[in-house]
Amino acid sequence: MFVSLNWLKNYVDIDGISPEELAEKITKTGIEVEGIEYLAAQSTNVVVGYVKSCEKHPNADKLNLCQVDVGEEELQIICGAPNIAQGQKVAVAKPGAVLPGNFKIKKAKLRGVESNGMICSMQELGIEEKFVPKEVADGIFVFPEDAEVGASAIELLNLDDAILELGLTPNRSDALSMLGVAYEVAAILDKPVQIPDETVAAVEEKASDYVSVKVEDAELNPYYGAFVIKDIKVGPAPLWMRNYLIAAGIRPINNVVDITNYVLLEYGQPLHAFDYDQFGSKEIVVRRAKQAETMVTLDDQERTLKTDHLVITNGEVPTALAGVMGGANSEVSNETTTVLLEAAYFSPVAVRTASKDHGLRSESSTRFEKGVDPDRVKRAGFRAAQLLSKYANGTILADVVEFDQLDKTEAQVEIQTSNINARLGTEINDEQIADILRKLNFNYDQDGENFTVHVPTRRQDITIFEDMIEEVARIYGYDNLPFTLPQGASQAGGLTEQQLLKRTIKNYFEGAGLMEAITYSLTTKDRATMLVSPEIKAEAVTPVALSMPMSEEHSTLRLSILPEMLSSLSYNLARKQVNLGYYEVGTVFVSNQETVTEQPNEKLRASGALTGEWVTNPWQQEKKMADFFVVKGILEGLFDKLNVTVEFKQAKIDGMHPGRTAQLFIGEQPIGFVGQVHPKLQKDNDLKDTYVFDLDLDYIFDIHENEPSFAKIPRFPSVSRDIALVVDESLRAGEVQTTIENAGGALVKEVQVFDVYQGEHLPEGKKSIAFNILYLDPERTLKDEEVEESYQAILAAVEEAHQAELRG
Amino acid sequence: MKERLQELQTEALAKVEEASSLQELQDIRVAYLGKKGPITEVLRGMGKLSKEERPVIGDLANKVREAIATELDAKKANLEAVELEKKLEEEQIDVTLPGRPVQVGGPHLLTSIVEEIEDLFISMGFEVREGPEVETDYYNFEALNLPKGHPARDMQDSFYITEELLLRTHTSPVQARTMGEYKGSQPVKMICPGKVYRRDTDDATHSHQFTQVEGLYVDKDVRMSDLKGVLNRFAKQFFGEEREIRLRPSFFPFTEPSVEMDISCKVCHGKGCSVCKGTGWIEILGGGMVHPRVLEMAGYDPNVYSGFAFGMGPERIAMLKYGVDDIRHFYTNDVRFLKQYHKA
Ligand SMILES: [Zn+2]
Repeated sequence: MFVSLNWLKNYVDIDGISPEELAEKITKTGIEVEGIEYLAAQSTNVVVGYVKSCEKHPNADKLNLCQVDVGEEELQIICGAPNIAQGQKVAVAKPGAVLPGNFKIKKAKLRGVESNGMICSMQELGIEEKFVPKEVADGIFVFPEDAEVGASAIELLNLDDAILELGLTPNRSDALSMLGVAYEVAAILDKPVQIPDETVAAVEEKASDYVSVKVEDAELNPYYGAFVIKDIKVGPAPLWMRNYLIAAGIRPINNVVDITNYVLLEYGQPLHAFDYDQFGSKEIVVRRAKQAETMVTLDDQERTLKTDHLVITNGEVPTALAGVMGGANSEVSNETTTVLLEAAYFSPVAVRTASKDHGLRSESSTRFEKGVDPDRVKRAGFRAAQLLSKYANGTILADVVEFDQLDKTEAQVEIQTSNINARLGTEINDEQIADILRKLNFNYDQDGENFTVHVPTRRQDITIFEDMIEEVARIYGYDNLPFTLPQGASQAGGLTEQQLLKRTIKNYFEGAGLMEAITYSLTTKDRATMLVSPEIKAEAVTPVALSMPMSEEHSTLRLSILPEMLSSLSYNLARKQVNLGYYEVGTVFVSNQETVTEQPNEKLRASGALTGEWVTNPWQQEKKMADFFVVKGILEGLFDKLNVTVEFKQAKIDGMHPGRTAQLFIGEQPIGFVGQVHPKLQKDNDLKDTYVFDLDLDYIFDIHENEPSFAKIPRFPSVSRDIALVVDESLRAGEVQTTIENAGGALVKEVQVFDVYQGEHLPEGKKSIAFNILYLDPERTLKDEEVEESYQAILAAVEEAHQAELRG
Repeated sequence: MKERLQELQTEALAKVEEASSLQELQDIRVAYLGKKGPITEVLRGMGKLSKEERPVIGDLANKVREAIATELDAKKANLEAVELEKKLEEEQIDVTLPGRPVQVGGPHLLTSIVEEIEDLFISMGFEVREGPEVETDYYNFEALNLPKGHPARDMQDSFYITEELLLRTHTSPVQARTMGEYKGSQPVKMICPGKVYRRDTDDATHSHQFTQVEGLYVDKDVRMSDLKGVLNRFAKQFFGEEREIRLRPSFFPFTEPSVEMDISCKVCHGKGCSVCKGTGWIEILGGGMVHPRVLEMAGYDPNVYSGFAFGMGPERIAMLKYGVDDIRHFYTNDVRFLKQYHKA
């Protein structure tokens, strides 16, 4: 809502307060002023001039040489506007004037002839093209004949105005009118409100002889009033009215249209003017549209209607889409002589549906959608009729032809001083409450601390006690509320075990060198099913998709964090950032339904991706690329920290390198995977070798035991033995290790690979794996014989199981 | 003999003094203290002495030996230290060469901010609650006093999956769920951080996915001044003691009265500048007193219980606090962006 302060002055006294001060006060009291615009702050020295003569420039066809009386002097001005003519009153920027854009007017010579100033268009004076009336859009602005020569054109065109731009919250639709804003400002400044003159002088002839009104659906249209105004002369509206419309962001058209728009802005009540002679009948019938009925609206668009839409008809065909837009068939034109003026209350739902379905949002529809003030519907009609009689030569017929089932009762809200104080933490007294209600212009009955507030119908947002608390608080001033701390029993806040564990895991990854990434949950349909861990894949029947995505790019909820993480890698690689290590802890969305009707299972995963050099230490000739074992090492460190035993099993997973991928298990439970992204997928994403992991954190949280139990620190020495075995090259070290652990007996505490060798001195197709075996009994010193016994058992077992030979 | 011994001592000590290598010292030791040395020789000649003189000379001989030995040891230690120092000198490295790099990761800026907010409210007795990102229409809207067809639903156009399921548009449903869980039987004091989604085209100031931290406190006799006090404490701890707050009336369907909170501009301290668009204030969060309908629907009697709620956007806070100029930075994971905020 744009509020012209010059216009506002007609309803409330704001003298002596600057626009900035006023804006600050309004903002602090509840309606945010988002900006202050000065229409022509930069224009000076522009006056009304009378064009005494206008002749062709001797040396230029398209220029005119004008003698212009500007009051104290006469100026010779050359003007190129096509609409300049002798006898006009025009806006003259005198030499020394400054126009918007810091355009300074100087004496000049044009084609050898002196020109002492400029005759201005509205655009040149700083008015936006789209608000300039069409008849003067291509040329200079022409004042009405009664404009006084030498007077300030800036003032006459209202360019000395300041416009407040209000950012209205949905509850404050009452401020979608100048009167509503006036009440608000009056409450803030403690001033009275000046109501506009709504009186009309009607002739004896009756409107009801011209038209009847029938409403079929009182719920959608509880009030319909028809006014008839004859003898209309369509022409320009008065300059002041056009100025106010422009200030409010509406382009002036003609007096009839401008008056309905003016009253719409003044009262917040949309009106519609039909050309009575084009209406097509003497009856107005308001009804729901028929399914697939069509009509052509004012913008010459054919609209196909539904039964949810409300239409005004002449008994046969629609003449307006109620509250949204009039019909082309009954539009007011320059030839209109009798106006049928509609002032109605259309239900918010009906208007919202129609405006949404047809993509038509107008000054009218936005007001109806929010619910107009029932008390002002008919009054606005009177006001418009009065203005039509005054500024469009209209003759108002007696009576309003109406249908009226509109509820105009005021809401009553009970408030008590003590309850208000209890809720606000204040010490306001009864007198202060009464004073606040008076400032708000709310009627009330008072009995001690008990108030019954009669909420004016303009404030449809106030229905309950809490609404009144806000009214009291905002006029009292939010600034005046004290600062207190809750007085309730204090409790210890904190994180749950899982929240703490999540932080621990994130800190671990960061300590291990990974950067936290945050990617989008919504991805493409294809990416949603890429790099999905087997245990998720087993459960997810279909990825969860949006019913109306804004783009395919963000259309489907992810089943894995990795695809979007790979996008982040690509993004960085394209920017020459090539050594990268990310992790992310986040949710994936798993639905086991064919057609999703229930909330998906949201599973917490920890994923990561590494590419490029992991260790770079060039001058010591040390360089390590991120590879499977770098990632595995990070995960093993995590599992060690979390005290869980995880098995890495060779696996094939879609989108992953078939030879360099392991699935992870805790016991029988699959908990994710680790490995290299399939080279083809790497290529598709413009990636170099990339290693990723994906872990099920929910399961890890479930089995995690928070308190590690105490294990005695061994007091006796351990014994270490090495064993180097020659085995088939295809055999996995982990399998041999398991055999060793199983065969070695209880004294084996730890088995570790310390060397893998293939090549010279070994037969073709063989490799050697060397293990270090650590023996320990925490209670006693080990005997050589028992270690030897275990060692022999191991040798026998690996020979039996893997045909392994001791390396000579 | 006495003179001879003293002479030997003086002579030996002088040599020790002059010695410049461990070998020389060893030679001196052998020469003076060895079995064939002059002191031994002197002792051997003691037979010629009188009974009275013998212990005196013996005593003196021992003292001389001791004095020489002590001096030898001291000099040895001294020379060893010098030699070690010399050896170490030769082992010098270039300390200006770069160290072996250690990979250092770090949290995302949004996580740092969310955790800082969490910890701040935890210190005021709040618990941290989480909830689903795919919500039912009921918890996302209806339980928050936004029935179907409510005009305010337009304020936050949402991503629907079915007519009843959508991506949550705020974390408030977690509040409704928590209150529902407690069934009106106990106070609620919680914050709920998390991801939220709205139908917005991604640009410098809009993101279809972003983060929210909301808070809720419901108890008997909760006052609006408590909201003011708690938010003031938060603002001062988070943004700095010198910052002031102000509340302005606003509108949210789930609170009444509703507030918008501004903090005084860091740059101009309230005088007005380009950062705060001349107002002196910067909008930080929204909140208000929990709407009685919301309490009622969650099983809390609004005649007994009252409460306050508030919500803020960590992206916006990060943009204000660190001058981040484009919201998309939070989701492209550009390492040059991420690393800036890994520094303590
Ligand atoms: Zn500032």
